[in-house]
Amino acid sequence: MIKPGAMLREVLRHMAKKPATEQYPFVKKEKPPKFRGKLVFYAEKCIGCNMCVRDCPANAIKITKKGDKQFECEIMMNRCIFCAQCVDSCPRKALEATKEFELAQLDPKKFKVVYEAAAPKPVENTEKKPE
Amino acid sequence: MLESIFQIIVFPGFVFLSVAGVFAEYIDRKLYARFQNRQGPPWFQPVADFIKLLAKEDIIPEEAEPKLFSALPVVALTAAVTAIFYIPTWGLNALFSFEGDLVVVIYLLTIPTLAFFLGGWTSTSLYAMIGSVRTLTQLFAYEVPLFMAVLAPAILADSWSLSGIAAYYSQNPLRALFNLPAFFVALVAIQGKLERVPFDIPEAETEIVAGTFTEYSGRLLAYFRMAIDIEMVVCAALLSAVFVPLWVNAPALGVIVFLVKLLVMIFLFALFRSIFARLRIDQMVNFCWKYLAPAALFQLALNFILKGLLN
Amino acid sequence: MGKVTIPIGPQHPALKEPESFAITLDGEKIVHMNVNIGYNHRGIEKSCEGRTYTQAMYILERVCGICSHTHATCFIQGVEEIAGLEVPKRGLYIRTMIAELERMHSHLLWLGVAGHEVGFDTLLMYSWRDREIVMDLLELVSGNRVNYGMNVLGGARRDISPEQAKEILKGMDLLEERTKYYIQVASEEVTLIKRLSKVGYLSHEDALKLGTIGPTGRASGVDTDTRRDDPYAAYPELKFKVVTDNHNDVYGRVIVRLGELIESYNMVRQLVNNLPEGPISVKAPRKIGPGEAVSRYEAPRGEDIHYIKANGTEKPERVKVRAPTLANVQSVAKMLENGYLADVPIVIAAIDPCFSCTDRMIFSIKNPDGKATGSMDWKALREYSIEWHKKQGVDFSKAKIR
Repeated sequence: MIKPGAMLREVLRHMAKKPATEQYPFVKKEKPPKFRGKLVFYAEKCIGCNMCVRDCPANAIKITKKGDKQFECEIMMNRCIFCAQCVDSCPRKALEATKEFELAQLDPKKFKVVYEAAAPKPVENTEKKPE
Repeated sequence: MLESIFQIIVFPGFVFLSVAGVFAEYIDRKLYARFQNRQGPPWFQPVADFIKLLAKEDIIPEEAEPKLFSALPVVALTAAVTAIFYIPTWGLNALFSFEGDLVVVIYLLTIPTLAFFLGGWTSTSLYAMIGSVRTLTQLFAYEVPLFMAVLAPAILADSWSLSGIAAYYSQNPLRALFNLPAFFVALVAIQGKLERVPFDIPEAETEIVAGTFTEYSGRLLAYFRMAIDIEMVVCAALLSAVFVPLWVNAPALGVIVFLVKLLVMIFLFALFRSIFARLRIDQMVNFCWKYLAPAALFQLALNFILKGLLN
Repeated sequence: MGKVTIPIGPQHPALKEPESFAITLDGEKIVHMNVNIGYNHRGIEKSCEGRTYTQAMYILERVCGICSHTHATCFIQGVEEIAGLEVPKRGLYIRTMIAELERMHSHLLWLGVAGHEVGFDTLLMYSWRDREIVMDLLELVSGNRVNYGMNVLGGARRDISPEQAKEILKGMDLLEERTKYYIQVASEEVTLIKRLSKVGYLSHEDALKLGTIGPTGRASGVDTDTRRDDPYAAYPELKFKVVTDNHNDVYGRVIVRLGELIESYNMVRQLVNNLPEGPISVKAPRKIGPGEAVSRYEAPRGEDIHYIKANGTEKPERVKVRAPTLANVQSVAKMLENGYLADVPIVIAAIDPCFSCTDRMIFSIKNPDGKATGSMDWKALREYSIEWHKKQGVDFSKAKIR
């Protein structure tokens, strides 16, 4: 049956409906538990096997030995493609993908995140120079 | 004298039309969005767009005739504003009226379309030229049905003046029902005049970018867009003056009734554009001559007969 | 206005990716058309050669944003074939499920784009809103909305819990209802039918001759579907029918894609209900080969082919990607013969092009003065390659061409 305005009823029905628009910057949607966002590194767990470095498709991770069983991790967030393969590769769960995804940045230096050796909390932007 | 100047400049003249145009655009966009289950723009969005465009640089193509290129938006705007003076708005009487002003209004409403055509043609861009050829082709298709459809009520009212038509139908409101086919024809043809879906062929963005307006920018584009907004209000006012026999001859209440009529028309416009796909130019011409023109002719014949029977 | 040539692209509102179509017009009629691809070369094949198999899989997943699972799975199937890995059933089922969910979101996206190209924005808004249902499901299952990363050498990377399975089934019911509504709209709305039927006509013979595949070919009666003809993953155990149509035009392509959506819903229901127990993956060796494999996979747009050559190291020696758009793009010129300018956007969109997936390297020989002289013919290419291999120490000049 061909007729003009086949969507008329649907269109009128939607006028009273709540818009499907998501109020993104104001209301943030909960991310699913498996979400692959920004990486964090737990230095105290790292054993320096370099599995993450070998599996990273984007060469975004660098692990340097700082002392006996102490490893510093450098993650280039602008290179990272958020596949989280490093999280799967790590035998000690020293890397974790968080739900943080709003990582756009004007300053390229801020993309480099350095996790100091064996420090329990990540310290960001240690190499930041005075502007 | 003072009253006339007030009417020309403030209501229903330039100031009212600008504000109404901006709000008509807002309501149209909001309704369109809600029909599509979207949120739509905030109320100040058309104003913000307008101000943004005013602040932008005007770029005139090297090949274009600069004077003509920059005069055309103003011509379109002026013609659209002038048309409202002959259309009864809040009362039965328009600001100016004489026997035959119906024809004047229709022709004043054609001028913006011609300005779009010339604007596209002078900008010498390929997209704009194709757009302007389409504008003109489309004009020949919808103009005749539109004219006949608006003329039919005038025949029945035995007056070629919009004020006369309004007076006739306010006395015999039920007779406006005879004009329902003509109303539908006019509603469809007006979509062609306003270049909206399904007849937005001259500015079909997926085919020819922005059609006639491709080369326009800054203030000139702002005037063009304002002209389109005002044209929309004027067309809504024309349709409601000719086809809706609802008049209150008191200033405040009359204005409210007028605005409600405009709102209903704009609602119909928005609904129209949300339920159709864009036609191709050959299909559009076919449709206008095959269905719209005969329907309008039928209405004309019917009204001639009715006139003989009733009057 | 005499004959004019207008450029559609590289930048044009009708195209979502940079491609160039030079169209010669006589009024509104198309006289001649030139298709130009190659604006989007990213060197993905080369970069795969420098990476391990695991890394290359993630790189290939980013060949295309819409059919990302397609390329990753197609590649990994070939690698598994070389390595002789037996993927567990559950892993295959999960892979197939993601593949079908991906087909749904791709087709729903296409429906919206088609609506937009003919100026029917309401259809665009509705179908993209409904696409969010399947996007949310993909996000729930895999973690992200695009680039799901659900593959691993030897199986699936993430398991599906019973709660997620329930959500998927719920989503399928919602989507099926909506898709049936779109089928109704497509068969009723007069302006839509006017814009779609008898547009972009491609006869059955031409479709065969030009080698069109996927929904584009199936709408011209070319009954091919890799899922049935050369079944992979869990497809041998699924009941489905290959949707074909004989309209031979854009309208037929809409019908085929909408029909495929309905089939996909049924397939995912079968997969969820018959999900076998067991492990989802087996451990894979890091070094693979030597050997070579050609892997076929039915992407939402048609058949995707990957060629992988392994040399026994951690890294592939050669990876070649043939995206489905490459097979279909030539038919656009045929479809637009004697068409109208207004039909250009919808006809191009009707093959569901994905140009950045298609673009591979284009080699142009340069004159001594540095000016390009265009492409090579077959003979010149062969001479060039013999010359090149001679420098590497291999002489192919006596090799016979069959």
